[in-house]
Amino acid sequence: MTALAKLFRSTAFKLALAYLLLSVGFAGAMLVYVAWNATRLIDEQIRSTLEAEANGLVEQYNDGGIRSLVITLDARARRPGASLFLLTTFSGERLAGNVGAVEAGTLTTAGTRDIEYVRSDDTAEGTLHRAKVSVIMLPGGFRLLVGRDLEERERLGEVIRRAIWLTLAVVTFLACVGGWFITRRVLKRVDAMTATTRTIMAGDLSGRLPSAGTGDELDRLAGNLNVMLDRIGELMAGLKEVSDNIAHDLKTPLTRLRNRAEEALRTARSGEDYSKALEATIADSDDLIRVFDALLMIARLEAGGAKENLADYDAGEVARGVAELYEPLAEEAGVELAVSADASLPVHGSRELLSQALSNLVDNAIKYGAPGKSAHVQPADAQAPAPAVLVTAKRQGPLVEIAVADRGPGISEADRTRAVERFVRLESARTRPGFGLGLSLASAVARLHGGALRLEDNAPGLRAVLALPGK
Amino acid sequence: MRILIVEDDPEAASYMVKAFRESGHVADHAPDGIEGYALAREGQYDVLVVDRMLPKLDGLSLIRSLREQAVDTPVVILSALGQVDDRVKGLRAGGDDYLPKPYSFSELLARVEVLSRRRSAVPGEQTAYRVGDLELDRLSHRVARAGKEIVLQPREYRLLEYLMKHAGQVVTRTMLLENVWDYHFDPQTNVIDVHVSRLRAKIDKGQSRALIHTVRGAGYVIRDGAR
Repeated sequence: MTALAKLFRSTAFKLALAYLLLSVGFAGAMLVYVAWNATRLIDEQIRSTLEAEANGLVEQYNDGGIRSLVITLDARARRPGASLFLLTTFSGERLAGNVGAVEAGTLTTAGTRDIEYVRSDDTAEGTLHRAKVSVIMLPGGFRLLVGRDLEERERLGEVIRRAIWLTLAVVTFLACVGGWFITRRVLKRVDAMTATTRTIMAGDLSGRLPSAGTGDELDRLAGNLNVMLDRIGELMAGLKEVSDNIAHDLKTPLTRLRNRAEEALRTARSGEDYSKALEATIADSDDLIRVFDALLMIARLEAGGAKENLADYDAGEVARGVAELYEPLAEEAGVELAVSADASLPVHGSRELLSQALSNLVDNAIKYGAPGKSAHVQPADAQAPAPAVLVTAKRQGPLVEIAVADRGPGISEADRTRAVERFVRLESARTRPGFGLGLSLASAVARLHGGALRLEDNAPGLRAVLALPGK
Repeated sequence: MRILIVEDDPEAASYMVKAFRESGHVADHAPDGIEGYALAREGQYDVLVVDRMLPKLDGLSLIRSLREQAVDTPVVILSALGQVDDRVKGLRAGGDDYLPKPYSFSELLARVEVLSRRRSAVPGEQTAYRVGDLELDRLSHRVARAGKEIVLQPREYRLLEYLMKHAGQVVTRTMLLENVWDYHFDPQTNVIDVHVSRLRAKIDKGQSRALIHTVRGAGYVIRDGAR
């Protein structure tokens, strides 16, 4: 498309054109109205002047007769800027006045009308002028014509006409130029936006739409689009992190599995060696399946799945059940596992999934919650608390909070908010495959219940709180 | 025991047929839903193993059709979909057990054997179980070994009850988790082992003959070692 064609097709151009037509039309109508009013006013004025003058002269005639009228007329006719006068006899013979000749028949009827006449003092012979005249039949057969030249009015009309054309021309020109500039300016910015979006569409998400800094509609649009791009960028980065983490979570056990098989092939001698290696391989693939299942489950929950088969159930019972399931394991690991759950804590969701999420948290707490494994606790610290995991479930306002607290190294303040995001791996001691998945799963399950997973400092240790809306 | 395997993947099917035969069972194979339905309707099988996604007629429809025809052969559903919802759907369609892929054969075998036994068991629940000199009274919830009462926690009691109900049969950790705890997820650590070893300490400690045995790579079995 050529630049001009694009200009003609642009919204700004169409708008400018519409404004041009509107303003020209309006200015034209205004001027015509003014001109019409002005001529009407002048006509009125002429008419009343004529009337007054004629009345004066008729009075003069009535008082002083024809002679007095003739003298007055001669005197008045010689004044500069005088009106037109003509006094004739019945037969049309001229007695006094400054009018040379009038249209035939003008003097035979009384009344006011517009005529054409020839001036008596005119240098150019026979030039016709327009005038408004009033003809009066005087007693005694005389005819008196009083008139006013219309040249002045016509000149005014001419001036106004010229003013109209000039105004229209100027308005049109200005509107065109203005429209052109506005269109160019707007088009330029829209073109810049289009160019930017094209590079973004081509895959460069770092591009941002230019902003003129004026806070106008285009700026606001650009601002909104930029915020949208930021959000998309964040999501893309998140997705990348997710796939990196998934790759890590899956590749670590896969590598282990492969290494083990390779090693067995290389070093195994007896059948027992082989069966040992194969058992380890099966255990590794079970690990892999576990990670894979967790990933699928989280992906499904995050995608808004598993909304079927939701029911009301008691969260306290879930807390007690999971604690009971893990109690022997904790004891074996030398961790004191205690549970304190209020009676009747109804929530709506999936008992199964909450149990799974909670068992993940408890499992993590038992594995990582022992202070001895912490780098932060000084060996000399004899007052180090005994390893303990406390599972609590209680009502907190409208929420039902199920918390798992340990006394391990915890998670640093900065990492805590990140940890509940999807598939985030923390660069800390807890970087075993699966740990991040446990938190991600708990977080996704909390969201399924309309709640959230919160990580707090247990001073020392970690307190993971599933805050779910109570029924 | 006669087992029908309805599975479209020939490799998986032949592996299963071979493994079942090695375990002393008779196993037939149907590669699609229609053929599976035709074979299953004859009703000569003790257990059906049905893949959920099958050509021609999908697994759930196959089971539904069989149930409508009043064929009540127990069915184990195999599925690549392992989520809670999918399991519920499978059981609603008339399946008796649901095993997500990938599974271990020992898990499948244990479940198939439990299902077939359930079918041949005499109607009406037994009120007491006995394995060797271990007795469990389901009415009074009392457990005694060689006439000496053993005090069990409620969960330990239910664990023992399940083991004794399937005495002589291998029960897997997952089966215990599902049937004793009613959890259908895989706990990251083998919590079940600790529970069983606690129970074992109460039942077998100080006894000349152990009753609860670990089956490597599969699970647990309770039986009188003499037999």
